Amino acid sequence: MSDLSVANNASKAGFDVAAVRRDFPILSQQVNGKPLVYLDNGASAQKPVAVLDAMDRYYREMHSNVHRGAHSLGDRATTAFEGARETVRRFLNAESTRQIIWTRGTTEAINLVANGLAPRLREGDEILVSHMEHHANIVPWQMVAERTGARVVPVQVHPNGELDLDSFNSLLGERTRVLAITHVSNVLGTVNPIAPLIEQAKARGVITVVDGAQAVPHFRPDMQALDCDFYTFSSHKLFGPTGIGVLYGREQLLEEIPPYQGGGEMIERVSFERTTWNTLPYKFEAGTPAIAEAVGLGAAIDYVEGLDRQAMEAAEAALLTRANDLVGTVPGMSVIGTAQNKVPVLSFKIEGLHPSDIGTLLDQQGIAIRTGHHCAMPLMDFYGVPGTARASFAFYNTLEEVDQLFTGLQKIQRLFA
Amino acid sequence: MTASEQQFLDNPLGKTTTLDDVVDAFEFLDDWEDRYAYIIDLGKQLPAFPDDERVEGNYVHGCQSQVWLIHHFHEDSGRLYLLIDSDAMIVRGLAAIILVAMNGKTPRELLTTDVDELFERLDLFRHISPTRGNGLRAMVGKIRDIAAKEVAA
Repeated sequence: MSDLSVANNASKAGFDVAAVRRDFPILSQQVNGKPLVYLDNGASAQKPVAVLDAMDRYYREMHSNVHRGAHSLGDRATTAFEGARETVRRFLNAESTRQIIWTRGTTEAINLVANGLAPRLREGDEILVSHMEHHANIVPWQMVAERTGARVVPVQVHPNGELDLDSFNSLLGERTRVLAITHVSNVLGTVNPIAPLIEQAKARGVITVVDGAQAVPHFRPDMQALDCDFYTFSSHKLFGPTGIGVLYGREQLLEEIPPYQGGGEMIERVSFERTTWNTLPYKFEAGTPAIAEAVGLGAAIDYVEGLDRQAMEAAEAALLTRANDLVGTVPGMSVIGTAQNKVPVLSFKIEGLHPSDIGTLLDQQGIAIRTGHHCAMPLMDFYGVPGTARASFAFYNTLEEVDQLFTGLQKIQRLFA
Repeated sequence: MTASEQQFLDNPLGKTTTLDDVVDAFEFLDDWEDRYAYIIDLGKQLPAFPDDERVEGNYVHGCQSQVWLIHHFHEDSGRLYLLIDSDAMIVRGLAAIILVAMNGKTPRELLTTDVDELFERLDLFRHISPTRGNGLRAMVGKIRDIAAKEVAA
């Protein structure tokens, strides 16, 4: 635990959701005259007091620029900042903090990798993605493909939301240079079996990139066990602040690929004749970083790691089971994404109702969900829907809140009847 | 088939259903269920929208759902007639409110109509999320653009 961590109400043994909720002040408010039921965690999760306090304390007591070294405040800021990097390393079970690059989020991390790999791509090379990717793991590759003549090829998805492994096997071929795939689908909740996919890809010398944005709020990915080349996630979905995220990379590849942006911090020596790059991870961190945000993310990870992981995962699974059990109580409701292995995310449609109608009328009842295409238009096309309504749960949600969602949906249906 | 002039002229919104009707109704509705039930009902008054007019040129960008808007300028009366369609029921209802306020007016009247004041009278924005508010503004903006072109023509 870093020295910035604050004791949390959730005890390590077992899982007391009422106690956990007290750690998240935003949850105890009223919206539209009703108690807030926050079920939009897939878009962004709420922050525990430990995170708010860590950032507040950072600014009150130790803010200054990092790695400049001439005074004590600078040392304290640097210690806190690099301590957060070490916390992330531990969370991911990475070998070294040299492999932990701060970015603005998953999107920037994938853009960094895509641009870094561009010089290796040739006309006709293939970048394998999946049909369930977020636009952030499609568009950067399309932009690089445009420049290099490479092609972006999607692995198909089964109607139940599981990845089509036959499609994967037939598409992973001689021309494949990169496999860029999501660990967990933001729309479907599907947990993809990425370990064997990475293994197969690596056997062919394919570089592997994993979008972990929707995975880390629910479980802890192990970099040494997965052995992927790159892994990315955003702080704000992991109960940390916005504006910061992480790129994990294989050290040798990070050494090889060129810097993404130029400026201060990322250089070793600058002259008009020749500029040399700083060592890892700073080579990819041009400019003054998001220091307080890094500290906040460290505190968020400390908080989550302070919970009883097993009990927390069981509580999340119970939320999903309850939701699935109640689907039948809303006539015309069907779930999109029914994979065997999924995180607590419920994408759904209701016959005759537009997702935006559902979202608006739930909001009137204090219930926050996401509606729309979820930045996954190819997947919406696959299911033939303009969008879905999505309830995405976090460990601080309660079974009562799941019930309220369904009571709310029944009310909406009566309104349209 | 494209919309005939008669279809535009027959639109009851702004003609037989007036702004006063809507404002009066809203005054009596104080919980969200009644208010939205009324908005949904208003949406049901939108006249049929021709299938072949659901094209990019008639698409209103900036809404969460799909919205199309077409117009007909009636030379004899100098008035602008409008038809709107959406795949979302609440957006249809909000479109109906816009039509009640803006359908069958002269382009000059439309350019001087204070729509924000109308929405305030209905207390609409308090009950409608900012994203939906943007959709409302997008529809009004498109009508204003059409009116401005007619004035310039």
